[in-house]
Formats: sequence, C-alpha cells, structure tokens
Amino acid sequence: MSNGSATTGPDQITGATPDNAMRNADRADSGPMLAADGTTLKSSLNRALRRQKLRALMLIAPLLIFVLLTFIAPIADMLFRSVENQIVSDTLPRTVAALKDWDADGETLPEPATFKALYTDIFIAQERKLHTRLGSRLNYELTGVSSLFRKSGRKVEDMGEVYQDQFEDLNGYWKKGENWNALLGTPAWLEAQNAWEEDSGAAQPAFEPRPEIAAVLPQTTATFEIFADFVQNEDKDNLAKKDPWALVYSALYDDLTAGADVAAYAGPGATELQEAAAAVSGFETVDFPTAFEDIDEDWQSLDVWQTLKVYSPNFTSGYFLNSIDMQKTVDGPALRPENQRFYVMLFMRTLFMSLVITGSCILLGYPVGYILANLPAKTANLLMILVLLPFWTSLLVRTSAWKVMLQQQGVINDTLVWLGIVADDSRLALINNQTGTIIAMTHILLPFMILPLYSVMKTIPPSYVRAAKSLGATNWTAFWRVYFPQSVPGIGAGSILVFILSIGYYITPEIVGGRTGVFISNQIAYHISSSLNWGLAAALGAILLAVVLGLYWTYDKIVGIDNVKLGG
Amino acid sequence: MTALTPISRTPVSFYVPVVAAAGALAGLFVGTAQGSTILGVLLGAILMGAIAFVITQIIKTEKASRWGVVVLLAIVGFLLGGLPAAIIGGLFGWFFGWFSFWLYEGRYRARVAPYLTPGQVLWHFTFRVICGAILVFLITPILVVMPLSFNAEDFFTFTPEMLRFDPEGYSLKHYEDFFTNADWQQALANSVKIAPVATLLSVGFGTLAAIGLSQPHVPFRRAIMAILISPMIVPLIISAAGMYFFYSRIGLQGTYMGVVLAHAALGIPFVIITVTATLVGFDNSLTRAAANMGAGPVTTFFRVQMPLILPGVISGGLFAFITSFDEVVVVLFVGSAGQKTLPWQMFTGLREQISPTILAVATILVAISVALLTVVELLRRRSERLRGMSPG
Repeated sequence: MSNGSATTGPDQITGATPDNAMRNADRADSGPMLAADGTTLKSSLNRALRRQKLRALMLIAPLLIFVLLTFIAPIADMLFRSVENQIVSDTLPRTVAALKDWDADGETLPEPATFKALYTDIFIAQERKLHTRLGSRLNYELTGVSSLFRKSGRKVEDMGEVYQDQFEDLNGYWKKGENWNALLGTPAWLEAQNAWEEDSGAAQPAFEPRPEIAAVLPQTTATFEIFADFVQNEDKDNLAKKDPWALVYSALYDDLTAGADVAAYAGPGATELQEAAAAVSGFETVDFPTAFEDIDEDWQSLDVWQTLKVYSPNFTSGYFLNSIDMQKTVDGPALRPENQRFYVMLFMRTLFMSLVITGSCILLGYPVGYILANLPAKTANLLMILVLLPFWTSLLVRTSAWKVMLQQQGVINDTLVWLGIVADDSRLALINNQTGTIIAMTHILLPFMILPLYSVMKTIPPSYVRAAKSLGATNWTAFWRVYFPQSVPGIGAGSILVFILSIGYYITPEIVGGRTGVFISNQIAYHISSSLNWGLAAALGAILLAVVLGLYWTYDKIVGIDNVKLGG
Repeated sequence: MTALTPISRTPVSFYVPVVAAAGALAGLFVGTAQGSTILGVLLGAILMGAIAFVITQIIKTEKASRWGVVVLLAIVGFLLGGLPAAIIGGLFGWFFGWFSFWLYEGRYRARVAPYLTPGQVLWHFTFRVICGAILVFLITPILVVMPLSFNAEDFFTFTPEMLRFDPEGYSLKHYEDFFTNADWQQALANSVKIAPVATLLSVGFGTLAAIGLSQPHVPFRRAIMAILISPMIVPLIISAAGMYFFYSRIGLQGTYMGVVLAHAALGIPFVIITVTATLVGFDNSLTRAAANMGAGPVTTFFRVQMPLILPGVISGGLFAFITSFDEVVVVLFVGSAGQKTLPWQMFTGLREQISPTILAVATILVAISVALLTVVELLRRRSERLRGMSPG
C-alpha cells in the first residue's frame, strides 16, 4: 500500500474517499495510516474488532453466567466448605476468645473464667439447639465430644438455677418476666410490647434496653438482650409472657458482685435491686470448673480443650489433614494412629483399580480398534454398532446387567457350573468385591477406549507396515517398531479418558463393589448423606478434583480440548 | 472383498484332524456338562472327524450334506437333553458343516494375502476370534438382560422352563408391573418432566454460546471453553456434592427447578461440542450474502444459519437429553423423593429391593437408546451431506 502512487490519474473528488485517504497517508510519511473517515487505520480496525468481540461475548454471556451460577459456584462452595470452620467460633464465641491466651501445650487446664465463658456459650447454644451440631462437628475430631456436649447442654441449666433459686427465694419479684421487662426495657418499648397481640400478625416490637440500667448492670442487660432477641426472633414467642433464662440471673449475680452502683438507679424495681445487691455477698456460688466436672469428667481432660482450641479458627486445614489420614494437634499436623488410617489406603485403591481398569481397557480395546480400522468400511460400520450400542445404553442398564450376571446364582456362575468348570458348591465370588467392580467398569468404559484408538488407527496408512515387511521385518517387528508407535497417541488419549472417568465413578462401584470394591467417590457420598461430615466430604472431593484436573490438563496437552469426539 | 489368492482343495490329512480337534473342544464342554470329560473329548473328536470325512469325501454335495449334519446333530441333542439341546446341536451342526467345507475347499486362504505363511494365516484367524470374543463381551450384558426381562419367575437367572423354551417360563408380568406400579410410573413421569426442560435450557443457551465461540475474534476463548466444558470433566460425584451444598444454601435443593438447572448444566458441554463442531464447517460468506441481500441478523440466523447447523443442534440436544434422562448421581443428591427419576428408582431397586422389573425397564431403555442412536447417525449423515453441498 505504501507504494501506491497518488500521481496517477486526475482525481477531482475532495473529501473522504479511500484514494484520498491513501494519498494523505502517503503525504504524511511519518504519520500513521488513516482510514477513509480520517481516523487512523489502526483505531478504526480496533473499533471494528472491538464490536466483533463484544458481539461474540454477548452471545456467550448468558450461558457463561448460567454455568457460573449453576455449576462453578457449587464447586467453589464445595472448596470453601473444605476449609470453612466457623461453627466453633459462632457457637462458642466467648470460650474461643477466652482460649486465645491459654497455652495448649502446657499441662494445666484453662482458667475458671474460660469455664464460665463455656457455661454462657453452651447455655445460649442449647437454647438455640446448636450445641448438638457443634458436638457432632467436633466428634469427627475427637470421639466422645458429641455426647459430652449433649450431656452438658442438658445439665448446664442447673448451674444457672443455683442463682435463679436464690434470687427468687430472696424476693418473689425476680420470678416474673414482666418485672424483668419493666426493669430492663425502656417504658416506650414496654408499652408497645404489652399492647402487641400475638394473632395480629404485626411484628413484635424489638426489645430496647433502658440506658440507665445498662450503665449499672452491663452484663445483665447484654444477656437479656440475647434472650429477648432469641424469644422474639427465633422462638417467635411473646416476650411479655416469658420468664428469663437462668443465665440472666447469673449475669445479674456477676454484675452485683462486681460492685454495680445500684444506688444510681431509681427506676422501677430499684428497691428490689438494692435488696438483692445487699444480699448477693451471702449467696451460694457456683464453681464452674467443678460444676462442669460433675457433668462429665471429660471436661477435665486436656484433649477436649486442645481440640476446642485447635478448631477454634474460622478456617481450618483439619478436613484436608483428615482426608490424608493425619490430624491437627496442638503441635501441628501429625499422622493418625495406625488403626485409624483409612483414606490414603482408599485413594491408593482408587488409583490402583483405575489403573487396572485402564490396563484391561487397553488390552481389550486395542485389538478391536485395530480390526475396526483395518476391515472394509461396510463390515467395520456394522461392528461399530456393537461398540456404540453399549456406549449409548443407560449406565444403570449396564450396571444392572452386570449385577444380574455376576451374582452367585447369576448367569455366569450358572453357565460355569453347567459346563462343569466350577463345582456347584464353590461358585465364584464375582460380585461385591474388586473383581466385580473391575469387570463391570472395564465393560462400561471400554467404548471410551475403542473410539479414540479407532480414530487414531484409521489414520495410520497400511502401506507403512507393508513397507516394513518388504524390507524384511517379521510380523512382530513390523507391528512393534512401525505400527505400534503410530498408535500410541490413541492409547494415550483413550487411557487418560478412561482413567479420568473411572477415578470418579460412583454408581457402578456402589452397586457391584460391595465393601472392598468401592472408590473414594463412594466415601464422599457416604459422608454427605450418612455421616453428615460435609467438610470431610468436601476435602476429599477437592483432592479428587485436583487429581482429575491435573489429568485433564495432561489430556489437553496430548489430545487437545477441541478434539473430544462423541460417539464416533 | 474379492478373493486375493487362488484356492485349492486341501488334503484329508490336514482338515480332518483340525475338525476333529475342534470337535474335541466342543466335546470337552458337552462331556463335562454330561459328567464325563474324557468320553466327551474322545467322542467329539471321532464323531466330528468322521463327519468331516464323510461329507467331503463320500457325499460331496455341499448343500445337502451341511443340512444333513445340522439335522443329525439336532436329533442327537434332542435325545440327550430336549429342545434346548436340540437347538445347540443344530448350531454345532451348522458350524461343523461350514467349518469342514471351509477347510476342505481351502476357502480360508481366499481372502488373505497370498504370501502369508500358514502360521500367519492361523494368527490372522485367531486374532479375529479374539476380537469377536471381545465384541461378544461388549454386547452380552445387553443381550442377557432382554430375555431375562420376560422371566415368569422373580429370578435374575434363566429358569429351566426358559431354557426349555416352555411358554410358561416367559411372561410379561415385569412389564405389567412397570406400567401399573405407582412408584415406577411416578419415576417415569418425573424423568419425562425433567429431561425435556433441562434439554431445552442447555440447547437454547448452548447454541447461542456456540455461535459466539465460533466467531473469529473471541477474547479468552480457551478459558471460556474450559469453563463451559467443565461439567463434563468434573466427576459427577463432585458436581453432585457441590450442587448439594450450594443448592441447599439457596433453597434449590429438593426442588424441581434445582434438578432441572443441575441437569441443564450437565448437558451444556455436549451441546457446545456438537454445535461448535458443526459450525467449524460453516461458510460465513453465506451469512454475508444474506446480509448483502437485505436480511437482518435475525432473519439471517433463522433462514440461513439455523437450517444448516440444525443437525448439530439436534444431536447436541439428544446428547443433553440422554444425559439428563440417564443421570442418577446428581439427582440423587440435588433432588428429593418428589423428583425421583427412572434411573434413581432403578438405582434404589438395585441397591435395596431387587425386583426383576428393573430388567423390563432396562429393556425398554435399550430400545429407546437404539432409537436415539439411529436418529443421531441419520442426523450426522444429513449434516455431512448438507455441508458437502454448501460452497467453500
């Protein structure tokens, strides 16, 4: 274009024409090339390109958003769950804070203040019915914690009742919920609350603490707020008709013994409060460490407290350590005792069986791929149906077929007995073990090996082998040195495909695998639906996902993502 | 294939021993089944060797003698073990008749290269027998399920009545159970309600995106492709786990919508792959020509582009449909009892109350997949024809 000469031919037209633009470009030697409308060619091109890109993206966007929402977000959620551990700090916030300074390596139990925090936390948690959830969560880490929490949840109220009884014995005033509301709430709120009708459908007026009393009795007010929030928003009960938790009484005791300036308060209940303040010094107190020991002596064991401390952060590597047979201890990750190791063995078994399945698929698929590629097209297409029909048949159908065939009283054993190959009383155990899984999965995945092998072998010219033979190679040499190396890409593609598919298989091992023939995926399913240890399921899934993505990356390098073929 | 090698008759000393050896092998099985291995081997070898000799050297007319062997062995079978044995005997007879003449006339040589040594010829046929066995392995499970679904008993194996071809051994009661049992009908209804909607979603979004992906300049093409294909790569159990966690967070777990969305996500890669594959051969000058003649983008799409890529879209849709219709892992977690699909019902059936109704369902599903396979194959051919017609 730069050679285009502007001197040829008379050109009378002025303004934006391609010719003029070219002339302009020529005239301004060092300046950029200009498009017809005067902008530089580069920016004009860029604009057109941008529009094209934008249009392509607009077409892709709906699906991309759809997949991101329905598929990628769930995967991300699973990965998040594999490290997420907020349940401990959410359920026991005060205990977690109190444990922060406790030396977990030492030989001493936490301070009594920590036990007191634990009392408050468990009290609230058991009202919300959250303590059993936390118990089962920590039970994955230390057996026995679940029952410990359940037991503590049942009995923790007794500790508070020690104070509740004493306050109530002192003065009947403390028994009634309405007195508490009058003491702790603002008058405006109290009026609204008393006027509120349960059946009216209107929202319950939210509790408002009285500022004067909040200054005098900070702990009591804070505890009562938690109670009020729970009654109004979680239990959906009428706060005007509820008596406070025993926990509120112990908070009141704490406030009063801490030297609350009750004389500064003059609102409703001031006399009763002053009477109580005078009396608390004579109250029977609760020694929280001993009280917890009375509930269960496990509260005196360092293990429980160490587990609590180790799992108190919001995020934990504990699930991942569990899935490789390790555990989190105060000294960092450590191997589990020999008899508790399971997952590494399971991962090994999954890998091993997937390898065996891939191997048998190569063994069985190679001859079939070869013969399909070398037969005349008509016969090959006919035989191809035999490969494609199982490929297209429902997985459940094929799995049920194998279940039927492999049983002790199934078709294969019956045939073998009828032929006299095995005796009637020593029928082969082909199902509910590794043999069953390997046979059934080899059959199910075989088409995934044959199809890539076939498409690679189809491209190998037969003349190469003939040339090798005419040069004096034996059959074996011609095959091994000439044909086989050319078919290796097919083996690679098929093997990775089969391996990726088999490593994550769930249905077939579940049905024909019994106890010894199951894969890691069955354990994931078990943790999701039976043991409810979702974090561990997520961690196992994350590891499996990493392996599969690694393999898939290899597949992409060898075969290319765009070369995935479906059904020949 | 036409004959490669001129053939000639082989000597008696070659084919009679070979047929006798095959007879010994057959006799081995028959003998063991009847209780006397050695007798079976000997009798099989002598009988088959003699038959081979008689039909090739004495009777000589091929057609008549082969039928004769079939009838003879069928009668022997019938005397030994009734109707099923008669059929097996007939099959043996057909095989040995064919085998004797195949060897005697030297026909086995006709279709292999003339320079092969006998050892190579032997390997050639052994290899074919091995491949045949593998293909039989591939197809047997499907073939076994079909007759078993007509079993009159609640067994998962062939009853003596079935082997005797006694009509009483067969019945349609498992099919009847499938069509009358409320559980199965509910499952079928659920499958029929879920799969088409999921397919529609994946085809709609997928086709648009595939067209977008096939434009010449797409930024982050590889990354986008990887994300869109990922539902096919990630093991189902992981997808199921993730969806279970996430959908229960947002209240979709256990709902019809949740299952449909999950299945649509799983079907999308298939639509993307098939439609982009069709678009690779699409000639973009056609849309330019349409635009040149005044068609708007929408008209161009529906009148020019759509008819040409329709085969790809439909086969992608079929893949998506099959994916949803066959899917069990994800629905097991994302769905609740109200979304129990056919595969789910089969899965629980296999795991808990084993009922032969499963086999009837399996047979019906095989019939459906054969029909779908045929449709996809026809579409593929049509697509190739259409693309062959388009210029460029």
